[in-house]
Amino acid sequence: LSFNTWVCPSLSYLWPTVGYSDQWDDLNKRFSPPLTAKDVTYICPYIGALRGTLTVTNYRLFFKCTDREPVFVLDLPLGVVSRVEKIGGASSRGEVSYGLVCKDIRNLRFAHKQMEDSLRKSIFEVLMKFAFPVSNGLPIFAFEYGQVYPENGWKVYDAQAEYKRQGLPNESWRITKVNDHYELCDTYPSTLVVPVNISDEELKRVAAFRAKGRIPVLSWIHPESQATVTRCSQPMVGVNGKRSKDDEKYLQAIMDANAQSHKLFIFDARPSVNAAANKMKGGGYESEDAYQNAELVFLDIHNIHVMRESLRKLKEVVYPNIEESHWLSNLESTHWLEHIKLILAGALRIADKVESGKTSVVVHCSDGWDRTAQLTSLAMLMLDGHYRTIRGFQVLLEKEWLSFGHRFQLRIGHGDKNHTDADRSPVFLQFIDCVWQMTRQFPAAFEFNEYFLVTTLDHLYSCLFGTFLCNSEQQRVKEEVPKKTVSLWAYINSQLEEFTNPLYVNYSNHVLFPVVSMRHLELWVGYYIRWNPRMRPQEPVHQRYKELLAKRAELQKRVEELQREVTNRSASSERAGSPTRSITPVQTFV
Amino acid sequence: MLSSLGSGGGKTAKPSFVSYVTPEEIKSEKEPYKKENQPDLLPGEVVFCSACPVLKYSQDDMSQRGVFGTLLCTNFRVSFVSDEVQVEETCKLFKNKLYGENDIPLACVDNIYGGYEDKKKLITGGLLKNKYPSKIIVHCKDLRVFQFSLTYSKEEDAKKIFQGIVHHCLEPKSLRCVYAFSYCENTTSPEMQRKERTMLFDCLEDWTQDMKRTKGNCRLVTENSSFELSQKLPQFFIVPLNVTDEDLVKFQGNGLPMWCWSHHSGCALFKTASLPLSQEDNVPQTYMEKMLTAVAHNHLYSVKTEDLSDTLPTIQDIQLSYNKFKQFFLIDNTTEFWMSDMKWFSSLENCGWLDMIRQCLLKAVEVVECLEKENTNVLIMEESGSDLCCVISSLVQLMLDPHYRTLLGFQSLVQKEWVAGGHAFLDRSNQLHLKEKVESQSPVFLLFLECVWQLHQQHGPAFQFSETYLTVLSDSVHVPVFATFLFNNDSHRANVLRAESPSSQRGPLNCPSVWDWSVQFDCRAQDLFTNPLYAQKTKQDRSQRKSHRPKHQRQLSLPSSAFKTPTKKGFFKDEADSLKKILGVKRISRWMLSPSSDFPPMSSIKEFYETWQAKPLDYHGMLLPCLDGPSIRVWMQRYLRWIHDVQILGGGPVAVLSKVSELLAEVQELRSELDRHARTVTSNHRGAIRTRAKTAPENLARSSVRLSSSFPFVTSRNWSFKPAIPTSMLQSLMMSEVAGDLASREDDGSEPETVV
Repeated sequence: LSFNTWVCPSLSYLWPTVGYSDQWDDLNKRFSPPLTAKDVTYICPYIGALRGTLTVTNYRLFFKCTDREPVFVLDLPLGVVSRVEKIGGASSRGEVSYGLVCKDIRNLRFAHKQMEDSLRKSIFEVLMKFAFPVSNGLPIFAFEYGQVYPENGWKVYDAQAEYKRQGLPNESWRITKVNDHYELCDTYPSTLVVPVNISDEELKRVAAFRAKGRIPVLSWIHPESQATVTRCSQPMVGVNGKRSKDDEKYLQAIMDANAQSHKLFIFDARPSVNAAANKMKGGGYESEDAYQNAELVFLDIHNIHVMRESLRKLKEVVYPNIEESHWLSNLESTHWLEHIKLILAGALRIADKVESGKTSVVVHCSDGWDRTAQLTSLAMLMLDGHYRTIRGFQVLLEKEWLSFGHRFQLRIGHGDKNHTDADRSPVFLQFIDCVWQMTRQFPAAFEFNEYFLVTTLDHLYSCLFGTFLCNSEQQRVKEEVPKKTVSLWAYINSQLEEFTNPLYVNYSNHVLFPVVSMRHLELWVGYYIRWNPRMRPQEPVHQRYKELLAKRAELQKRVEELQREVTNRSASSERAGSPTRSITPVQTFV
Repeated sequence: MLSSLGSGGGKTAKPSFVSYVTPEEIKSEKEPYKKENQPDLLPGEVVFCSACPVLKYSQDDMSQRGVFGTLLCTNFRVSFVSDEVQVEETCKLFKNKLYGENDIPLACVDNIYGGYEDKKKLITGGLLKNKYPSKIIVHCKDLRVFQFSLTYSKEEDAKKIFQGIVHHCLEPKSLRCVYAFSYCENTTSPEMQRKERTMLFDCLEDWTQDMKRTKGNCRLVTENSSFELSQKLPQFFIVPLNVTDEDLVKFQGNGLPMWCWSHHSGCALFKTASLPLSQEDNVPQTYMEKMLTAVAHNHLYSVKTEDLSDTLPTIQDIQLSYNKFKQFFLIDNTTEFWMSDMKWFSSLENCGWLDMIRQCLLKAVEVVECLEKENTNVLIMEESGSDLCCVISSLVQLMLDPHYRTLLGFQSLVQKEWVAGGHAFLDRSNQLHLKEKVESQSPVFLLFLECVWQLHQQHGPAFQFSETYLTVLSDSVHVPVFATFLFNNDSHRANVLRAESPSSQRGPLNCPSVWDWSVQFDCRAQDLFTNPLYAQKTKQDRSQRKSHRPKHQRQLSLPSSAFKTPTKKGFFKDEADSLKKILGVKRISRWMLSPSSDFPPMSSIKEFYETWQAKPLDYHGMLLPCLDGPSIRVWMQRYLRWIHDVQILGGGPVAVLSKVSELLAEVQELRSELDRHARTVTSNHRGAIRTRAKTAPENLARSSVRLSSSFPFVTSRNWSFKPAIPTSMLQSLMMSEVAGDLASREDDGSEPETVV
């Protein structure tokens, strides 16, 4: 079993041009001396106990067992570690063991003979120190990683350019600088698109009525109908049903900007009960009385806590082994796919209103940075083929997730040892899962492949790149993340071949409406169950397609050669010997 | 319509349909408007009764919308002919020549329900004379659902058509009433006389050839060519060398080990109908021991036996499970469908159908391990010897022998194991609706196709035939035209066809085989039967393989030199007795005690799979299925094709397959260009390379964005391109199970935390 190829697929390709030993030296040079312990046992749930050498650096945990063929290697960025536990004290056999609970749906267990106290202590301490640098006042590794890539990934997204691509500003929408210094809203990007006839002063008054000042701003505009997707946070209605003339006027302006429809749909991502409960805390939802011509729809998507619990259950069901006889009912009991279905269904309804109904929509949840980000980005993925290219998808993430303040630091808990933090939640994972479901249903509509999505998720946790650090654009600017770290896109774009779907057809102006029935949703085996060696990922179609592409290229070359030869012959009429005879018989595929 | 898919929005109202047939073709296919509301009758087809006007509800919604037309019942089908002019544009690519989208072959009718106001009642025949429902709901075996309203036609007509349909679809009838016989009397099916053909295993040569191909060394029995030995046994069959003439007639074929396939190591797979063994009577036991010894003698004196009825579901279990399973797809209305969506996974698990598929595949892997790893002969048995034995033996051969993964090979396999193998197709389908046969009805063949589909979806490039081919084959079982599925065994077929012959001079009635696909589909439609992903063995592969796979490679690794080359006849005589003591007797006695005790245990199977999986995948070598939970799936194309709400418009497997066939066509075009060129150059003829011609698959590919996941069975022309929004999310239902306190908590996590 060639474990080393799939254990952490995305990381084994990290330094494509440098051999393994080189990168190791490279790492060693720059960082505090790695701690190495011999005779450590890794208790693999699939092959059993493996004895080898464990090395811990400030970036990774590295375990190598040379006793077997092929050599077993475990290479894990410490960023994926959510929790380190000592399991029991010294056992009867005199062994101590550690459990590592990981964010990427696996647990690792190591054991070693009780050594002199200092070494034992140090393994644990080094792990605790470097797995949770933030808790120890240390910098996250991304700030130390100095790999140079041909492209600066931080330049992938330029808000102005993206809005320009959408045809903005136009007669109805303007780009405002009111948030240039994050004064209007510190969790929003500096560049915002708002209706033309709403002044910056009015924006400030609207901000006072929206939770965290997250006013409705444009995410996407339909190139033909001018129907828009706008996003915001909940209105501060409260128990008394407070109203804001400015907010009402603002939503009216959003509606008026689209001449095709005299209606506006407000999609509240929450279940109506939760939305109502928010009134107790000053929040709430738009009443249809106050907002003329607006229709409010609840999308019944649950909050971050429900999602966290669902993923916890899912991990129990898939790791380390699957209970075969009750696989389906166990899967159902996690509700994971049900949540995926609801998110996709919500995005589908938004896309449908914009595309088929030519109606503008406003999307919000409570704060507008979790469910709202899921919904707007998925709807945009359905509506706009540009986001289905590799670079377009990067723009989509940079825009809807990063610049609009999805709180990655809190949701993932980079370098933070507080694994029970209630702010952690797999919101972004769910989004990527939804994207994967769409790629399953439309296998030729996306330029990127499954490996691209897995890699993105691996580096969501790895802390190797700066992309997913911090909670908002403002924080990233303040911490100088773009200056001091490498962007994930620099790495991805340096080897696009790896991440490209060979079957991609650029139908850029096609709208994709996925089917959101359980019949078509399935668990993403290639991510959640990838540690199980029995579930070897299979992409026979892609392989076969690549073979055919190679065959075509080869044949084309031969045809060209022959063509050239014909021209040569006709030029210098006769020559002895016929090189074509040497051509080997072509394979038949009929 | 699909317009918004192509337009990028804005023009939704206007259907902008792009056809993938050329304009010329459309013209030629357009028929003049027919006034008579009768379908084009097939040869020998007779209309029994009809009613007009009847409203056929549109499938995909609860509204009372639909089309008016004539409902007819003939000796072949229930047919609805619409009053509206059929716009025959798109769907003609995959038109079935025998029945159209509004026809239900009588044998394809599964259940009929009467709609009385709000109630739906299952009709079971034996009707009250003067009562008829206002609505007929027909569930078909190919999972289509039709709903007709009878309230618009004359009472008499309505009564007549209802009773006619019920009578001809549900009530007992004799075999001679099946349409196939009138069809065959009125057609002359062309003899398939091509060099490459499906082996039907109805003649000596096919058996000889198959044994030769697998290098089997067994005895071909010809004594039953006129069913002198037994009516139950096939006309021709193969048994171990040591089976004597006397053994052949002893128990009418029960207990006789029938050869299925030989492994390259020399060991072979046999199947048999088990003999009832009783404590008192010693004769069957002695006979069985003798037969086992005969099997053991085939190779290296070892045999493993497996009584399939010990571990696999019974045919009744299979029937029950499938009845539950199919209900998930026989959708009367969309509300019902979305309601069931929430509990989809657990319902699926509860019906047990996927688990049966898993069990069959697992059993086949066990047998494969015995043959491949241990090189022992295997004898599988069950009471009939022609149900699960057929499933397992065919699966084993598919996994081990790439020949059977080609289209012709697969058809030959079905002929060998199922048709000649005496699977009781007629009883298992019970299309004659005989009361005494109700118990024997069971979709065993479908279960086999399901297993094949699982292998196909896991290892696509290993198969020459496509998923569509399998789906069509599963439908064809219920088209009562083909001799293939109409009989219980060889002698039954021969007797009936002889008796039904119009004249004794002309010989037995010539009934088409299902493998004569031109009866149902034209050439272009048949193109969809081949899998563009198929990685055909190249010439290089073939020569390499031959050189590096010694014939008896595995025997060389055996410990004792005495085992090495049992090729000489004398070897058996000299050493047989001692070896029998060591191996044969031991095995047999163990079998007598507990039948499956020496079969590989579960852990061994896992290891066998993992060892195989760790090696690079060779599509022309052994194939094993992954049986873990997520790997066994629902055959989407077969089961979801008619359900509007789950059609992925512009997506689904066809999006990939058309892309691949496009590329494949380009490669082939380049290749022929090279050939042309090579000829040009060698003949010293100066010619420019011609530009490539557009080929059919390319056209298909270009339009693939407009195709849906139910391609080629349904074309989306009838459907609006509007996403299906789940109608009932049933959130309360879900939340009752989820910890309520989490759901009501704030997203901020600002409250003090006490987390579990």
